[in-house]
Amino acid sequence: MSLSVKDAPGPPGTIAADQMWELRLYVAGKSAKSLAAFANVRRLCEEHLAGRYTLVVIDLVETPQLAAGEQIFAIPTLVRTLPEPIRRVVGDLSNTEKALVGLQLRPRLKLMTEARP
Amino acid sequence: MSQPNLTPEASADRSLPKSRTGIEGLDEITGGGLPTGRPTLVCGTAGCGKSLLAIEFVVRGALIYGEPGVIMAFEERPEEISENVRSLGFDLDDLIARKQLVMDYVHVERDEIEETGEYDLEGLFVRLGYAIDSIGAKRVVLDTVEALFSGLSNHDILRAELRRLFRFLKDKGVTSIITSERGEGELTRHGLEEYVSDCVILLDHRVEHQLSTRRLRIVKYRGSVHGADEYPFIIDEHGFSVLPITSLGIDHHASASGERVSSGVPEIDNMLGGEGFFRGTTVLVSGTAGTGKTSLAASFARATCGAGERCLYLAFEESANQLTRNMRSIGIDLDPWIKQGLLRVHATRPSLSGLEAHLVQMHKLVKHFKPAAVIVDPISNLMAGASLLSTTSMLVRLVDFLKSQNVTAYFLSLTGHGANVEQTEVHVSSLVDTWMLVRDVELANRRTRALCVLKSRGMAHSADIRAFALTDRGVVVGAPFGEGENGGGPKRSALAYA
Repeated sequence: MSLSVKDAPGPPGTIAADQMWELRLYVAGKSAKSLAAFANVRRLCEEHLAGRYTLVVIDLVETPQLAAGEQIFAIPTLVRTLPEPIRRVVGDLSNTEKALVGLQLRPRLKLMTEARP
Repeated sequence: MSQPNLTPEASADRSLPKSRTGIEGLDEITGGGLPTGRPTLVCGTAGCGKSLLAIEFVVRGALIYGEPGVIMAFEERPEEISENVRSLGFDLDDLIARKQLVMDYVHVERDEIEETGEYDLEGLFVRLGYAIDSIGAKRVVLDTVEALFSGLSNHDILRAELRRLFRFLKDKGVTSIITSERGEGELTRHGLEEYVSDCVILLDHRVEHQLSTRRLRIVKYRGSVHGADEYPFIIDEHGFSVLPITSLGIDHHASASGERVSSGVPEIDNMLGGEGFFRGTTVLVSGTAGTGKTSLAASFARATCGAGERCLYLAFEESANQLTRNMRSIGIDLDPWIKQGLLRVHATRPSLSGLEAHLVQMHKLVKHFKPAAVIVDPISNLMAGASLLSTTSMLVRLVDFLKSQNVTAYFLSLTGHGANVEQTEVHVSSLVDTWMLVRDVELANRRTRALCVLKSRGMAHSADIRAFALTDRGVVVGAPFGEGENGGGPKRSALAYA
C-alpha cells in the first residue's frame, strides 16, 4: 500500500489524471475543528481536484450508526473512498502538506530519506 | 504470614452500590462486585487473563443479572472473541441476536492514518454512546484502549481524551472495565491508573518451578473494604475463578458444633474418645510409604457415604479405578457409593499444575459437590514442588475454607520425602485438629503396622500405640502393644515419631 515515489514530484503514477475522487468528511456537530476541516478540504479540492471530486460531509451526531462501519474514532476524519485504496486523514487538515500527502495528492517525498520501520 | 482480614459480611458496604461480576470468587473478595456506574481498571501483562475477566463480566452480566453489555475491542475482532469464549460455553452470537450484547471492533493501524492538525476522539464517544443506547447497556468493556497510543502519535490529545472518556462512562452510568497492559515498574504502560480512581485490579502470571501461577490483587477500591492479599485464580473450561480467602480466623462457627463423625474404623473411634472426629475439623494421617494410609482414608470414605453423606476423594497418586480395585482387595467396596453419587473420586497428577491451581480446583469441587468430607491423598505430593512459605499459606487457606464449609478434612501425608515435606508437615500438624501417625514396626522378625493418635484437640484420646492389619474385612486394629499376644513388644519410645 505504500506509495510509489519514483515519479515524484509529479502526480503519483497509480492515479490517472481523469480519476474521479470521492471524499467523505466525518464530523460531530459544528465544532471549530469540524468547520476548519471542512474549509480546508474544500480549499484543497478546489486547488488540486477541481471538477473531478465529490465531497460528502457526514455529521455523526445525526447518524452515529455510520461511525463503526467506517472505523471512525477520531474527529474530524477525512476518508478517501475513491480512488482505491481507502485513505484516512485525521485532524482538521490545517497542515496542508501532510493533508496532501495523506490523500496522496502529493508523494511522500520526505519519507524517502527516512528509515522505514 | 499475612492473614487476610476480610469476611464477606464485613465488606458488604451498603453506601456503595456494587455490580456482581458473576465470576466465581471475585464477588467475594470485592465484597459484592465492582463499583456500579464507575470504571474499573484491570491491568496485567500479556496473557494474564484480563480480557477474559472483562468479557466474562459482560457476558455473565447479561446472562445472570439481565444487564446488557457492550464490548469495545481494540485488539481482537468480534469473530475472534466469540471463538475464544465459545469453549467456555458462551454463545456471543446468541446474546447479540437477543440484544443483550453489542461488540464493536475499533481498528487502529498507524500505517493507515495520517494526522494533520487538531482532532479529538469524539468518533469513539459517538460509537460507544450509540452502542450503549442501542441496547440500554449497563456494562461496558474497553479492551485494550491503549491500542490507541500505538495508532495515534499525539499522546497529549489521547491523554486528555481518555480522561474525558472515563468521565463519559461515568456520566452514562455504566459499570465498566478498562483493561490495560502492565507497564515497566508501573501499573499501566500509559499511566491510565491516574484516570481511574475507583477500582484497580492487578492480574499477575508467573512461573515458579516450571508451574504457572496466576494471582489477582485488588490494588485499590475507593470507598470499599476489600481483601488486600494476592488471590490465586485459574482459568479453566468454566472460565475465570478466584480462590477467595474468607479468613474466619479461629472463629469457625461450624467446628464448635461438637457433632462427631466416624473414622470408619470402630477401634480408632474408640481411641478418639469413643466417637470419632469432630465434624468440620481437620485430620492428618502421616506415615511412610505402604503403611496403610489410603486404606484408612477409604474406610473413612465408606463410613461417610454409609451415613448418607457426600465424600470427595482427591487422589494424586492413583486413578479412580486403581483406588477402587485396590480397596476391594481389602474388602472395602467403594463402587456402590460412586454409583450412588455419594463418593466422587477426582484423580489428577500433582505435577500438572501448581499448588494454587490445585487449591482453586478443590475449592470449586467443594463448592459444587458440597461434600461432608474431603480426603486429600496425599497432601505431601502437592507440597513437593512449591516453596515452604507458599505451601503453608495455601494450606492455611484450604483448612480455613473447609472449616468454614463445615467439611471434615482428611489429609494423608507421606513422610520421608525430603526436608521440605518434613518441615511442611510440622507446619501442617499445627493446623490440624487430629493427627494420627502410622508406621511400620519390626517385631520378632515381622513387620507390623502400628498407629497412634499424636493429638486430637478437644477430646480425651488414647495414648496407645496399636498394631493394625489390612485384612479382607478392611482395617482391623488390634490391642495396644505390650498387652495380649504381643507381650513384651517394643517400647513406646521406639515407635516415637522421628
